[in-house]
Formats: sequence, C-alpha cells, structure tokens
Amino acid sequence: MSLPANAQTALHAFRACSGWEQRARLLMQWGEQLAPLSENERCESNRVTGCESQVWLLLERNGEEWQLRASSDARLLRGLLALLLVRVNGLTRSELAQLDLPDWFDQLGLARNLSPSRSNGLQAVLKRMQQLLDATDQGAINH
Amino acid sequence: MSLTSPWRADFPGVLALEAEGQTYLDSAATAQKPQAMLDALLGYYAGGVANVHRAQHLPGERATRAFEATREKAARWFNAADAQHLIFTRSATEAFNLLAYGLELHFQPGDEIVISALEHHANLLPWQQLALRRQLKLVVLPLDNHGLIDLEQAAQLIGPRSRLLAVSQLSNVLGCWQPLDQLLALAQAQGAVTVVDGSQGVVHARHDLQALGCDFYICSSHKLYGPDGVGLLYGRAGALQQLRHWQFGGEMLHHTDYHTATFRDAPLGFEAGTPAIASVIALGASLDYLASLDSSAVSRHEAALHAQLLSGLRLRQGIRLLGSPDVALASFVVDDVHPADLAHLLTEQGIAVRAGHHCAMPLLQSLGLSGAIRVSLGLYNDANDLQRFFSALDQALELLQ
Repeated sequence: MSLPANAQTALHAFRACSGWEQRARLLMQWGEQLAPLSENERCESNRVTGCESQVWLLLERNGEEWQLRASSDARLLRGLLALLLVRVNGLTRSELAQLDLPDWFDQLGLARNLSPSRSNGLQAVLKRMQQLLDATDQGAINH
Repeated sequence: MSLTSPWRADFPGVLALEAEGQTYLDSAATAQKPQAMLDALLGYYAGGVANVHRAQHLPGERATRAFEATREKAARWFNAADAQHLIFTRSATEAFNLLAYGLELHFQPGDEIVISALEHHANLLPWQQLALRRQLKLVVLPLDNHGLIDLEQAAQLIGPRSRLLAVSQLSNVLGCWQPLDQLLALAQAQGAVTVVDGSQGVVHARHDLQALGCDFYICSSHKLYGPDGVGLLYGRAGALQQLRHWQFGGEMLHHTDYHTATFRDAPLGFEAGTPAIASVIALGASLDYLASLDSSAVSRHEAALHAQLLSGLRLRQGIRLLGSPDVALASFVVDDVHPADLAHLLTEQGIAVRAGHHCAMPLLQSLGLSGAIRVSLGLYNDANDLQRFFSALDQALELLQ
C-alpha cells in the first residue's frame, strides 16, 4: 500500500528531526494545520473517553473513502491527531483494515506516545476509531 | 548552597534512574526503595520460603516470626498500644474497602458519612458506594483558599446524623497538613467513627496514633519506601471490634463445618488468604532503615528541598500553585499552557513528574482544572534533581508559551 502524499511529507519531516525540541515544534506545527471542529461537533457523543485531555473524533464516509476529523484542547495531541489523519483519510475500509497504525507512529519516531502508561490519549483515539469502524461495519451488516 | 541527600546512595533505584537520564520526582505516587529492603526481599526468597500462620515446620515458623516482627515494628513506628491493632491488607485502597464493608451494618438509611473535597479516590469511592448501598448521605467538607478543610463549615456540617468522618492527613494534590485534631474532635463530639488517610502523611512525619486519637488510620507500604502489595490498617482496640469480617478463606477462622463458621478477631480474622509475606517482611526492613535515620535531619532536608521547589516555581511567570503546600510536593498549572502539553515535554526531557488529576478528579474539577503537574519529593532527592526539573520546565515553557 503506497503512502498518501501528505503522509509521505510528514514522514520526511519527522525523520529529519534531530531531537525532542525539533520534534515537538514540528508536532505543534502539524497540530495547527488541523481543521477546527465546530462547537456542535465538540460534543459529548464525539468525545473520546479515557484521555486526560479533551479529544473529539468524528468518522465520516465519502463514497468508498473514509475521513476522520478530530481535535483536542492539547496542542501536542492535536499534532498527533493530524498525523493520524494524514495516514488514514481517503483510505477504503479494506485498506484501513490492513493499516498498522502503531507502526506508522513508530516510523515517525513517535511510538512512545502509544505506550500503555500514557494517558495523553493517542491510544484511546485509536481504540475509539476502531470502535467507530466496527459500529459502521455492524450497521452495514444489519441493513 | 547545594543541597545533597546523604541518603541518596542507599536507594539504588534512584541512582539507576539517574544513570538512565531520568529525574524521579514522583515519590508521592510511589517511592524508590532502600537497599536494605531489597536485601530483605531477596533474603527471604533465597533463604527458603514458607507460608505463615499455618505450619509447625521450621521454615514456616521462621517466616511467621519475620512476618509478625513487621507488625511489631509498625506498632512501634505508630506508637500503637498493641501490635494486634495493625492489620495487613493488600493496599491502602483495600483497607478503605475493608472499613466500608466491615462497618456497613452500623449505618442506617439517612445516616451521614463525612469526607472532604480533597480526598483521594481511595477515600472517596468506598464511602460513595457504601452510601449508595445503604441510602446514606455523603457530606463533603469544603476547603478554604489555602486548601485546608474549612473548620467553620465543618463545624456546621458535622452533625448528629454523622456516623463516620474519613479525611486525609496530608493532601496528595495540595500538600498541606489538614487540621486533624479539630476535625476529629468535631466528629467525636457526635460519636462518629473517625478514619484518617495517612497515605501521604505517614511518609513525611512520625505520628503517634494513640495521641492522634483516631479510630482508624490507613497507609500503604510502597509510598513509605517499602514494597508494593501491602497496606496497613490501624484500628484502636475498641474500634477493631466493630468490624464485621469481610473476606473469607484461608486461616482467618477458628472453626468451620460445611455450613457455618466462627472467625478470628483482628488482625488475623481480616487477613484472609495468603498475605504478601515477602513484602510484609521487607516492609519491616524499610521501617528499620527509616528508624535508623536521624529523623530531624530528614525533615530539615525535605523542608529545605521543598522550599527550593516552591521558590523556583514562584519565580517563574504564569505559574499558579494549587493551595499552599507545607511539605513534600507542589502541584501547579501554567497560564495558557495545557498540563498535558507540559507533561509531554517534561517526559521528553527525562523528568518523571505526575500529570493529570492525581486520583482526585472531583477536587481538580472543583478548582476548574482538567489536570495539573505535581512534583513530589523523597528523602533521596537533591538540589540537582530540582535544577534538572527547572531547566526542563524552562525549555518546555519556551516552546509552549
């Protein structure tokens, strides 16, 4: 599976980082590019539980392609969300099923953000995304 | 003047973390262990284990003696009237649950349980759930601006329906000693059972529990430089007799047939199942180690370090301290900086501090905060640890502000 163009850009940029400071700056820059959610969208039903920061996640379908939209009140987490979105958006359901997201964050040098002791939310975000996908699969079967 | 800890070398864990580039400032969550404790743990396992209170054979007798010796040491540590007034549990949390179940039958619908706004979840949830089970009213004592339980309001709120008061001695978020004497007196005047959460308080001063005069006192081993898996529940003689047995099995009984049983008194009647034998024995070694230190030198060191921590935080723009901490720790937030972002960047720089709600979600909510950063100190910390923390903090804030 080839990498989407934006994801390729992210990978280049993060691989070129030489230290934590550069990586943090870059993460915040990516976070600033995240399209904001409306006030209505930042509602309880879109909120990801299990994070100490507030995170909202929406999953939408555009024909065969899936789109995630997300935001958070924490800046570095917004960066991580942006990096999730560039990897995931535009993929089909079967492409999503094959995707190894922990590996993606590992390639970016950000694997530590998925460690189980972290309560910063990325782990919870991935779990929530899977639940949303499972729920739509279930909906499709039921119809 | 550079503050060094003469005890740092006794703690291989803190040295190992330092060698790994990690600055450990999270002792209020759990403390590093002295070499003497590690030796006791290995000594017990390597010397041949046996179960306690069961066997007549030599290894069993040896293990039982060592296990019971810790009870004696803990009794001396707290000036308990009798070692039999100390029950070993699996954690402080389990000790609170033991009380909430063990005292349950004494409550009638409409009775009140009084806690405070700053309680750790361990001293909130067991009472909250007991209140729900028995239709009791949970009364929450509010705090003043310094983070102390407000005594004037407490005097109004603790009343004739109050059957139990359960409060923290030293807040794990605000770091201030609570006015226990006055609170206990208010509760005792109403005939209420008194419970003190000593989980943090036990680490930063010696307390004479007979003088304190509470019915129950709870703490954990792992914060007191001991191993995990052990909590301590102290109960005054008369108080322990009010407890109903709650976990069943093992050697906690006098006699049983298939249909009925009679149970032992405290402590053994409340230690169902094989206890954490090695941990209890090793806790004895930690207590011996602590007892061997010059306690006033330890207090002076901790106070000097704490003063450096507070002055360093106050020096920096935009930092807001939570409450007015007396000892051991400081929690803070920074204007316009998300605590999760700050925690992230401190972690990147090898600073081990706690971020989040500190198991006191309602307290943080009442302060209008989603989280805070907590720096907490052990007797092994020194000025270099604080220096590394502050330089990491400055770097992080430069990026974030």
